[in-house]
Amino acid sequence: MWRKRFIAFVLLLAGAGISYAVYQGEANPTSTFGGKPFKYGLDIQGGTELVYEADMSTTAGSDVDQTMEALRDVIERRVNLFGVSEPVVQTEVGSSLSGQPSQRLIVDLPGVTDIEQAVALIGQTPLLEFKTERPDGPEKKAIQDAFARAQEAMKKPGLTDAEKQAIVLADPLLNEDPNYVNTELNGAKLAKASLNFDQRTNEPTVLLTFTDEGRQLFADITKANVDKTVAIYLDGLPISAPVVREEILDGNAEISGNFNVKEAQELVGRLNSGALPVAINLLSTQTVGASLGERALTSGVKAGIVGIILVAFFLLLWYRVPGLVATVALAVYIAIMLLVFKLLPVTLTAGGIAGFILSIGMAVDANILIFERMKEEIHKEKDLADAMHDGFARAWLSIRDSNISSLISTVILFWFGTSLIKGFALTLGLGVLVSMFSAITVTRTFLYALGTRGHSRAVKFFFGSGIK
Amino acid sequence: MFIINNRKFFFLLSGLLMLLSVVSMVVFRPWNFSIEFTGGSLLETGFPDGRPNIDEIKANLDKLNWAGTQVQPTGEDGIIVRTKSLTEPERQDLINAVSSGGTVKIEERRFNSIGPTIGAELRSKALWAIFWVIIAIVLFIAFAFRHVSQPISSWAYGIATVFSLIHDVMIPTGIYIMLGHYNIDMQIDALFITAILTILGFSVHDTIVVFDRTRENLKLRTWKEFDVTVGHSVAQTITRSINTSLTVLFMCLTLYFVGGETTKNFALTLAIGITAGTYSSICFASPLLVSIEEWQRKRSEKQAHAYKKK
Repeated sequence: MWRKRFIAFVLLLAGAGISYAVYQGEANPTSTFGGKPFKYGLDIQGGTELVYEADMSTTAGSDVDQTMEALRDVIERRVNLFGVSEPVVQTEVGSSLSGQPSQRLIVDLPGVTDIEQAVALIGQTPLLEFKTERPDGPEKKAIQDAFARAQEAMKKPGLTDAEKQAIVLADPLLNEDPNYVNTELNGAKLAKASLNFDQRTNEPTVLLTFTDEGRQLFADITKANVDKTVAIYLDGLPISAPVVREEILDGNAEISGNFNVKEAQELVGRLNSGALPVAINLLSTQTVGASLGERALTSGVKAGIVGIILVAFFLLLWYRVPGLVATVALAVYIAIMLLVFKLLPVTLTAGGIAGFILSIGMAVDANILIFERMKEEIHKEKDLADAMHDGFARAWLSIRDSNISSLISTVILFWFGTSLIKGFALTLGLGVLVSMFSAITVTRTFLYALGTRGHSRAVKFFFGSGIK
Repeated sequence: MFIINNRKFFFLLSGLLMLLSVVSMVVFRPWNFSIEFTGGSLLETGFPDGRPNIDEIKANLDKLNWAGTQVQPTGEDGIIVRTKSLTEPERQDLINAVSSGGTVKIEERRFNSIGPTIGAELRSKALWAIFWVIIAIVLFIAFAFRHVSQPISSWAYGIATVFSLIHDVMIPTGIYIMLGHYNIDMQIDALFITAILTILGFSVHDTIVVFDRTRENLKLRTWKEFDVTVGHSVAQTITRSINTSLTVLFMCLTLYFVGGETTKNFALTLAIGITAGTYSSICFASPLLVSIEEWQRKRSEKQAHAYKKK
């Protein structure tokens, strides 16, 4: 008996300790417990989420993952450069019903609510490509013909903008460049860029230094194209097309466009912070202002508190002494959950907070099942201690089975989820697991520690339930 | 026993509720889908100096000539504008229109823009998620009740659960679609699907509690007849079924009345679904078990009879 009371005391102390640590950690971020603050999602702290799709049409299937990693790194560097706190850049494969899965890039920018700035911040990253001359042949002819046809069609008087656009979109050949074809060499294979000056003209130029892989590619390209031009494209536009004199083995290339010193310097900066290996386009944007998020948080907390009070009242009125024990177990449950949120950490979104609030209602379900069972056993004129024991043992099966079914749906929800729903599924699922501990182990320890026995009228009243 | 004995009445009631839900789904078309499913943009702005006349804003937006643009007031000083999926320059046109060319001070609270591909993807994903939850739960129930094979196989429990799941999903969906027809804010969005999936999990939770008692009573052989066993099991567990749902219902209602705007419709859907789920686990799933057993017994008796005649 005293051993059980000791364990119960330790549990109570641990619960109080956790609550204190969680509270102190939030109230005084500089204290010992302040190292792990709650993490809030974009919808709470305000910020922008951008979803891009990467254009993989020119990338071989086996290189897709690698290219996406490179893309992620470049954009992460670019975002970090702008001093956004804790940005998250992640890749995702979108399922699509037709054809290839689309490769996505999700960029979360906490605190940035100006989309214009955010899009510019990412869009500024240059796309650098090297192209070689398209050989003469039927292909080149077909593209040139397509352009000629389109030009002819455009000459018709009185065309609206929409009609002009339709002409351009009608022929996929118009997307091709008649004069140049893509090579595998692009900005991803660049080691660094630096500002240089042409020794004869004193014009500013940009010196490109390739990585080992890039150097090899550049050597191959120049070798195959002696006396021809190799065009350098930036963001889809040609900036220079120098004629190759001989094979270049040292992995250096020079761009001499018609830029002034400032433009050249900017280009160097942009190239060094990373050129995109493939083109990206914006699929969706989401921005939440900080005031809206703050309101969601405060009303969420308020709803939680009101709900807890309601549930506690209900438990006390209906289940009396066991109800009181369940309320204490619920407090332990809340303390553990908040600690888990901090330690894992779980990013709290509006959905996550809703999931946590609901889970408080579900956490006491196991208690209700146990107490109802206990009451039945007491009615069989069993000794209270035996009734408790049987109550826990017999309620276990239904608690286990029903919690497994809840876990099944949270796992599928998590898979389905956008970030809002993932947060909900995660907190609800964690809640189911933690509540198995709090509602069973904690409640049982406390109930046994009370050490009440017998089946007198008083016992029946205090451990009974309902209106009777 | 009351519920089992009067099961025809409860079947009729459940059937009627489901029929009304289907009617609502058919009558209130097109459904009020959110931009998450259809693609499109949503802008919420506040006016710190007081909201100008909505008609004025509408007139400005009409000049942009975008099909299907909707404006509605929100809160005390805000508006929500729903449009087609916008590009960045178009978004600036929209801001310009809302602020009357920058003459009215606005505070941009949120902006969502979702491309049509993502919308289509989410739509198919949502349907699959609901499908998989139902399949997973049936398999799990058939597995959890595998030792109960008398007088009906464990699959019967699974099938009774599926029917009550369909019941629990149809009723909140029917009500929500009706509400969404009259209130533009009540849209079918990802959170609505989440609510439906949560209802699925929770309603099974309740049903299992009753079935578990039937399972136990069958093992103890307290009563000889199946329908009496089920009837007593329902009566024994009715209080806990209601109480476990009540605590969750408390949380849903506080979330609805006190909680944030984003989760309001979600809490309402859940509250409706949980109520339907509790009703179905008491008055629909268990009576269904009895009817399945009865139907099986009659069929095998008939077969035995026919066999004797030969």
